[in-house]
Amino acid sequence: MSDTSVDTSKRRFLVTVSSAVGGVAALGVTVPFVLSMNPSARAKAAGAPVEVDLSKVEPGMLMAVEWRGKPVWVVNRTKEMLDMLTKNDDKLTDPASDTTSQQPEYCKNATRSIKPEYLIVVGICTHLGCSPTFRKEIGPADLGADWPGGWFCPCHGSRFDLAARVFNGSPAPTNLEIPPHKYLSETKVLIGEDQGAA
Amino acid sequence: MEKLLNWVDERFPLTASYKAHLSEYFAPRNFNFWYFFGSLALLVLVIQIVSGIFLTMHYKPDAALAFASVEYIMRDVDYGWLIRYIHSTGASMFFVVVYLHMFRGLIYGSYRQPRELIWLFGVIIYLVLMGEAFMGYLLPWGQMSYWGAQVIVNLFATVPFIGGDLSEWIRGDYVIGDATLNRFFAFHVIALPLVLLGLVAAHLVALHEVGSNNPDGVEIKKLKGEDGHPLDGIPFHPYYTVKDILGVVVFLMVFSAIVFFAPEMGGYFLEANNFIPADPLKTPEHIAPVWYFTPYYAILRAVPPILGSQFPGVAAMGVAVLIFFALPWLDKSPVKSIRYRGPKFKIALALFVIAFIGLGILGVLPVTILYTWIARVLSVVYFAFFFLMPWYTSNDSVKPVPERVTDK
Ligand code: HEM
Ligand code: FES
Repeated sequence: MSDTSVDTSKRRFLVTVSSAVGGVAALGVTVPFVLSMNPSARAKAAGAPVEVDLSKVEPGMLMAVEWRGKPVWVVNRTKEMLDMLTKNDDKLTDPASDTTSQQPEYCKNATRSIKPEYLIVVGICTHLGCSPTFRKEIGPADLGADWPGGWFCPCHGSRFDLAARVFNGSPAPTNLEIPPHKYLSETKVLIGEDQGAA
Repeated sequence: MEKLLNWVDERFPLTASYKAHLSEYFAPRNFNFWYFFGSLALLVLVIQIVSGIFLTMHYKPDAALAFASVEYIMRDVDYGWLIRYIHSTGASMFFVVVYLHMFRGLIYGSYRQPRELIWLFGVIIYLVLMGEAFMGYLLPWGQMSYWGAQVIVNLFATVPFIGGDLSEWIRGDYVIGDATLNRFFAFHVIALPLVLLGLVAAHLVALHEVGSNNPDGVEIKKLKGEDGHPLDGIPFHPYYTVKDILGVVVFLMVFSAIVFFAPEMGGYFLEANNFIPADPLKTPEHIAPVWYFTPYYAILRAVPPILGSQFPGVAAMGVAVLIFFALPWLDKSPVKSIRYRGPKFKIALALFVIAFIGLGILGVLPVTILYTWIARVLSVVYFAFFFLMPWYTSNDSVKPVPERVTDK
């Protein structure tokens, strides 16, 4: 025990380096665990398009189908319903559907659809994801005399017209989303695939 | 016997721990009603863990089977109904007990120096408890489970930039589905309970390090007798073990009455819509979270969207919970206990309690324009309690604090 001098700077260097390397390793190990929680390959692959037969939807009625686990509504709008749409414009947040994420290019029109009468829309509120209730009657007591027909979200009271456009003052920030879809024939629609340039 | 004890003590500090934490742990002699709720929270924690283990023996964490497995527990498993009702009642009673426990902290200034860490561990426990309750609520896979989870997970989607990916990462899918149920099960039955146990241990270690506060907010360790024990202290065992057992007995009477006579508590402990299986195509007419989340839910709904983003409401809700962390540093009063505080603090606290309960009530009601406005006013009161605290506690007219605890 003659040489008791300790090289503290070397010791400190080794402690710092090994802590840093160990820290990086520890962080690296968390990566696979964190990423394992992402949607799996199977979840990504699911979501095949669904085919809908429009002849089953009576005028004025709504049919809900499931696409990628979400409700998609197919609504057969009557002439009166379509006529009401233009009167809503000044009460809407985005009457001309300018928010591009909410519909494919071919549905950026007054009725938000390919064929005016058939509205095809994802029935998930753009606020926090509830599924709004179809309230097609005009001026019911609970929604007020000026209610023109549309959807009412039970969760936080967002209101949408019959083109699924959001009314001012709703908690939902944008119109409901129109999914990609295309007509296979006069009465058959495929939801989940874009149609070519219309 | 004596020999065996010696044998153990030479290898494990059994007698020493017994003395340090029970027979020679000195607690203030003036504990009152409000000091029941810590030990009751421990009791409920044990009840939840035990009843949960037995539920897990029959429950199936699979979107196709979950709802039916809960029905099976209720109908076909011997005493399954009892175990399930104990667990569901326990969840609500946990929050009753924890809210009263936190309120005690507010009135006696228990979060103040030197107990900041006890309080901080407590607030983390509260957050984890909320996560635990939320994830547990998805498991029965009823309509409320499904749509409640849908709304809450979508709160994360409103976070600017990363929100969409974040909510997908939480769900493990593009919608609430089997993947979500499976992972919530893993968190609910193992991950969060482990965290909770660790936090409760840290909470109690910190408590025994500094010692309890008391209704007078006097530090008993300042005045010690010749034997070195605080003059105003009494050994935890037998005095407070016996007191806490009284609390346990009364609590279990109330608890059993709920389990046997009103397990659904008129739809507040178990919501009616949750007896319908989850339907991803249809939201129930009226959805509301379970009662213990409603104050924050009301705050969320009260904040209007700003610049087309829902994030401000979500942020307000988050701040409403997280602000509890800051409490030890917001309070500038020279006294701790409400007994010696001035009128400003008392009024502020009364308004806060009214706001908290009022928001809780509004949170279960449907939205109307009037209710939204009331919720806005109450939200402002809620936040004012915290944000104005440095001001109204520093210039309040406080009363002199006695040297010793009183016998009130
Ligand atoms: C699982 C939940 C919890 C358990 C099991 C628990 C347990 C306890 C126990 C046994 C005590 C001592 C007895 C008493 O003072 O009543 C205590 C004290 C305390 N707890 Fe908790 N607690 C929990 C949650 C919380 C929460 C959520 C908070 C606050 C946010 C909190 C804040 C405090 C404070 C400040 C004290 C010291 C009180 C004083 O000395 O006056 N605890 N806790
Ligand atoms: S989810 Fe529709 S209004 Fe909130």
